[in-house]
Amino acid sequence: MTTIEERPVATETEAPARAPLDAAAIRADFPILDQSVNGHRLVYLDSAATSQKPRAVIDALDAYYRQDNANVHRGIYALSERATAGYEGARVKVAKLLNVNDPHEIIWTRNATESINLVAYSWGRKHISRGDVIVLTEMEHHANLVPWQLLAQEKDADLEFIPITDDGVLRQDVFDVLLRLKPKLVAFTHVSNTLGTINPVEDMTRRAHEAGALVLIDGAQAVPHLPVDVQAIGADFYAFSGHKALGPTGSGVLWARRELLEAMPPFMGGGDMIREVHLRRSDWNDIPWKFEAGTPDIAAQIGLGVAADYLRDLGMDRLRDHERDLVGYALDVLPREVPGIDLYGPMDPEIRGGVVPFNIPGVHPHDAAQVLDRFGVAVRAGHHCTMPLHERLDLGATARASFQCYTTRDDIDALANGLKEVQRLFGV
Amino acid sequence: MDDLYRDYILEHYRRPHNFGVLETPTATYEGSNPLCGDRITMQLDVEDGVVREVGFTGRGCAISQASASLLTDEIKGKPLADVSSFAATDVLDLLGIEISPARLKCAMLSFDALQHLLDELGAKPLANDPA
Ligand SMILES: Cc1ncc(COP(=O)(O)O)c(C=O)c1O
Repeated sequence: MTTIEERPVATETEAPARAPLDAAAIRADFPILDQSVNGHRLVYLDSAATSQKPRAVIDALDAYYRQDNANVHRGIYALSERATAGYEGARVKVAKLLNVNDPHEIIWTRNATESINLVAYSWGRKHISRGDVIVLTEMEHHANLVPWQLLAQEKDADLEFIPITDDGVLRQDVFDVLLRLKPKLVAFTHVSNTLGTINPVEDMTRRAHEAGALVLIDGAQAVPHLPVDVQAIGADFYAFSGHKALGPTGSGVLWARRELLEAMPPFMGGGDMIREVHLRRSDWNDIPWKFEAGTPDIAAQIGLGVAADYLRDLGMDRLRDHERDLVGYALDVLPREVPGIDLYGPMDPEIRGGVVPFNIPGVHPHDAAQVLDRFGVAVRAGHHCTMPLHERLDLGATARASFQCYTTRDDIDALANGLKEVQRLFGV
Repeated sequence: MDDLYRDYILEHYRRPHNFGVLETPTATYEGSNPLCGDRITMQLDVEDGVVREVGFTGRGCAISQASASLLTDEIKGKPLADVSSFAATDVLDLLGIEISPARLKCAMLSFDALQHLLDELGAKPLANDPA
């Protein structure tokens, strides 16, 4: 049986009294940022879609394939042992990032979508039955909506939704009413990928538990941006994607409490997830491997471990301070520099992550994004996989700027300047 | 400065031709681009095998609105047989600008709606993937 232990890493010291992040210095760690696009410095403002990767992560992928590549948990030889040690060591690093004590509670997946589907299939198919209620919110990414629709259709269960206010905050009073329906599960996003709203996850989890529900939190936009302590939050399931958290694509995480994981049936069947296989039945492996059938993306998960260390070295408190500053700056500068711009989401940076959706009246967000690209500014345009939220706010689409540790105030100035060009071109 | 946002494209975007709802449509189709949430409703009024009137409504980017405006201008007054022979590349010719792969769906939103209308009218069966 494989045990999970971390290879020795340099122990980091606690950041003294929250010195601000030096984004300019951090940028030097991200090789991709050192390029020009259409004759301008690349201004990457789409980190909510996927983050860029620090050199340490890129180097880890390279080193893994050059030196350690072998299948995990199989070979009795040096390479396989190194690959396994790296793969399992990464679990410990991610456990530390989330303040999880037992790394066996960290399940590797491909992304947040797979993590949530795992819960919907494995836990959901066992525990949800006809007439049961699952509470979601109006601001969910499709990844935390469609798996529950599939489950509800199959089981004839009911979905209820916590509505939002016009500035994108969850109606906690309505949540209290919905809890009287005695839901089996409450699933909500920690931070909205479209509006940036930071939800009061601890408080919501406590109330959901008091009503007898389990809680799943979609942390795809939280883990990369702010301190996440799953013990303090107290939820039952917590999901995120590695690629938005400075890690490689193909890396993802589901955390869940051990008792839940042990009681859940496997998600997929195959190699690695079994202890003993007979022709007509099998015994499952222990957690986490019970949920990791088949050869995983070993390099990606190792890379995610390195990304987790990188984030912890930066200091998640400092990263949050940095993004709070950027949001405040953007909410202040954009309306002044770009008269007429429409901004959405909560205007209080205290409850808002590094996500700024906007529209220029008279200009479709696709066109705004296309013109911004001429100036090297990369923003996302569309519905950001939150169609029901756009419908609720009566918006066809929005453009969205989103931040990371390497984002600077200069980047926001470049966005403002680009948007002035958009307005000039379209005569609005 | 721009190859994409030429003056005539922006002009069609701001004041699209044939924008509106028909009083006596023969066929109506509502299409959307799931990638960006853009929608278009297109209507044809066909009499004696000829497109008498065409109208569209909806919201979209400059490329999708300009292409709808240009396309509806092009087919108005034409026999269905001629409209049926109109191909996707003809829409690109009408637009007269370089369309990147990412914007092709925008440019083709109205053409796609037209293909559904032609199918409904029995003038041209729908290909498997009209876009
Ligand atoms: C809040 C939220 N949840 C889930 C996802 C899905 O992430 P992935 O596509 O990596 O599974 C995203 C990504 O956009 C997201 O922002």
